[in-house]
Amino acid sequence: MVKLESKVPEGNLAEKWTNHKFNMKLINPANKRKYDIIVIGTGLAGASAAATFGELGYKVKVFTYHDSPRRAHSIAAQGGINAAKNYQNDGDSVYRLFYDTIKGGDYRSREANTYRLAEVSNNIIDQCVAQGVPFAREYGGTLANRSFGGAQVSRTFYARGETGQQLLLGAYGSLNRQIKNGNVKIYPRREMLDLVIVDGRAQGIIVRNLITGELEKYSAQAVVLGTGGYSNVFYLSTNAMNSNATAAWRAHKRGALFANPCYTQIHPTCLPVHGELQSKLVLMSESLRNDGRIWVPKKKGDTRNPNDIPEDERDYYLERKYPAFGNLVPRDVASRNAKYVCDEGRGVGGGRAVYLDFSEAFERIGKEGVKDKYGNLFDMYQNITGVDPYKEPMQIYPAPHYTMGGLWVDYNLMSNIPGLFVIGEANFSDHGANRLGASALMQGLADGYFVIPYTIGNYFGTEKPEKVDTDRPEFKAAEDNVKDGINKLLSINGSQTVDSLHKKLGQILIDKVGMSRSEKGLNEAIKQIRELRDEFWNDVKVVGTGKELNQTLERAGRVADFLELGELMAVDALNRNESCGAHFREEYQTEEGEALRNDEDYSYVAAWEYIKPGEWELNKENLEFEFVKLATRSYK
Amino acid sequence: MANNHLHLTLKIWRQESPEAKGYFEEFKEEVSPDASILEMLDDLNNRLEAEGKRPVAFESDCREGICGTCGIVINGHPHGSLPKTATCQLHMRNFNDGETIYLEPFRAAAFPIIKDLIVDRSKFDNIQQAGGYVSFNTGSAPDANSIPISKDIADLALDAAECIGCGACVAACKNSSAMLFVSAKVSQFAVLPQGQPERYERVHEMVMAMDESGFGSCTNTYACEAECPKGISVSNIARMNREFLKAEIKIPKLEVKLR
Repeated sequence: MVKLESKVPEGNLAEKWTNHKFNMKLINPANKRKYDIIVIGTGLAGASAAATFGELGYKVKVFTYHDSPRRAHSIAAQGGINAAKNYQNDGDSVYRLFYDTIKGGDYRSREANTYRLAEVSNNIIDQCVAQGVPFAREYGGTLANRSFGGAQVSRTFYARGETGQQLLLGAYGSLNRQIKNGNVKIYPRREMLDLVIVDGRAQGIIVRNLITGELEKYSAQAVVLGTGGYSNVFYLSTNAMNSNATAAWRAHKRGALFANPCYTQIHPTCLPVHGELQSKLVLMSESLRNDGRIWVPKKKGDTRNPNDIPEDERDYYLERKYPAFGNLVPRDVASRNAKYVCDEGRGVGGGRAVYLDFSEAFERIGKEGVKDKYGNLFDMYQNITGVDPYKEPMQIYPAPHYTMGGLWVDYNLMSNIPGLFVIGEANFSDHGANRLGASALMQGLADGYFVIPYTIGNYFGTEKPEKVDTDRPEFKAAEDNVKDGINKLLSINGSQTVDSLHKKLGQILIDKVGMSRSEKGLNEAIKQIRELRDEFWNDVKVVGTGKELNQTLERAGRVADFLELGELMAVDALNRNESCGAHFREEYQTEEGEALRNDEDYSYVAAWEYIKPGEWELNKENLEFEFVKLATRSYK
Repeated sequence: MANNHLHLTLKIWRQESPEAKGYFEEFKEEVSPDASILEMLDDLNNRLEAEGKRPVAFESDCREGICGTCGIVINGHPHGSLPKTATCQLHMRNFNDGETIYLEPFRAAAFPIIKDLIVDRSKFDNIQQAGGYVSFNTGSAPDANSIPISKDIADLALDAAECIGCGACVAACKNSSAMLFVSAKVSQFAVLPQGQPERYERVHEMVMAMDESGFGSCTNTYACEAECPKGISVSNIARMNREFLKAEIKIPKLEVKLR
């Protein structure tokens, strides 16, 4: 059993972070250069953290498996970034952003973390504008905003449908500046394959050089993981092809607790699956729900062209069931309802799709107006599907997109392993059981620019970790562990390819650990995943050698980890006998089919400790709500 | 569905290592018109792996045309001949049944081949490190609305900032010039107020880094703009040339003043 201390500071919600910043130990500027920090990942969280560490004077080593830091998957975020600026004078505030986020997460996040996220949101926008991020503007020259799911105010800042790209390039620029001045050293094309722990502290990593295949050892006084989420466990998701859980999972196997793995978000507005060869699912920004109306035919199996279906034979099901929020209900609600209408046989296209219709917006703001707001998304749709969305409604269907679960961290974003920090999507902390749109970019940059630069100094100041040498036996042992794993993968020489096994895992998970889960299905999933894991380790075929650029070997290692993580997702979903946010258990729903939470028994973070493959021990961190009153989420 | 599948001949560049001699290898492939060209390569690789053969090394990540990782020369065009489309977004419905498709890596002296279709574009990072940013430490920013920026200027900056850093411009250019790539970043900051303090130093440093990296010169053929998956305009190159000229006049004067 691990003792979980959230380390939430005392005091009023609005004063906690301010007090904590004052109480934390500082490192004087001359001493900062004596501290080495390793950062894994160069997405919004990793790049912003590494750049800020460099600005403060720390010595930083940054690792990415990409050829360049700019490729990280944050780049693909489309819609926007939230902040409580209240520039629209529509009643927004830090408290409202906090409240919307904690409510959107169905009261399964840590109150103080979520408040801090809302509190620093405004600094992020200031910071990014100062860097020259070209956010959308009004004609008067002020910043433009749009609204997003789960909120009734317009607080989302954006740059066309390319907000993630512009924010990441901003952080990439800051990182480049620190690379130039020598405080940051970048190690591209390296994949972290193990964490090195010395005397109970995270002090180093083992990486594989993806070009040469060599294993390399690096040491530091702290290790920061900003390695993203694990949606690719489903095989088909909106994540990039290379997104994976390996760094986090290897840290988990070294003792870091994995929290709430069953909280996985299925995004409502993605392109439907086209066929067997599909390699990933493409997201259409949720911002489209601002102006698009979602509907299916009232009649089952209606195969008419959508333009031929009259108004009174269409079911705008979200507007009908949730009149207050309509098409802007949170993602989990929108996704689940799309599944229901398709399960009823009212899906369009191949049966697993619903319409997203802009004809009302065309009348209101004209095709030009729509083009100005969503032009690149419309182009993308036409390019991929071959259908012109200006003439025919889009077809959309939910797809795995984001994972709220992740490595457990305290208020300082440190895991239960001293010196191992986890930021951005890789940690579990701020979104509870469901994340609102435009909040992932906010969290990545909040953690990287404004939280960890303070808390890591406090760790150095209080714990005073020593520099260690990579000649130590702990590094050798970790390196041997990695070597053994690679040799094992290469030696099996079975008959199934890595991708074919990954597809099988994805099918199990999307069917049984996806939008809707049941005790029976979850037990079946656990059994099937264990069998599949045996199949993998006896019958996988990995061609090539370990001493070269070998993409098959890279994927094999990641799928091996997914085969363990997938089981833990099912174990966690089975343990959580309630429905909350994105976790929907069929046994626990209201008469109207809405999620039925059980605050009495499940108002806790489930943090799993790795014992051996297929065996975990549950640790609980009780969620205490001092300031917010728990209520049933209602978007009606 | 099988009846509308395309039957294709693929001629793919194979090269074991940077030093090895490359060659075209021929494959037959049957593919759905709804698949993307990279999904076709996934399928081919899956088959090769099952047969114990070395799969074709190629890079891709987001498959949404924004990360800039993918980039293959398809029938002589970087990212293929469909305008404003990255390789990952190119779908097979744009090809004809019975067609032969040539797939090659981006070719430029500054982009050495690593393996098969993968090239080393790290010189692009070196150029960005030389000055592709606004020097601004975290935490000291004024309120975001304190500097009004007209919508036209913000849009102009974003048009340039959309560059995905894929390198197609270099591969398209007969001189392997990186001017479109460099000018996109220079332009973004040249038009924005935030970019003004370092305006001339930035263009100077980035152009120097570009020249040191072994990219060629621009001779205004506009091939870069034609092949750019994001449609970055060559007017950025013109702007960079003006900025550079001004910088070379002003920087010596500034240095004299500082002395």
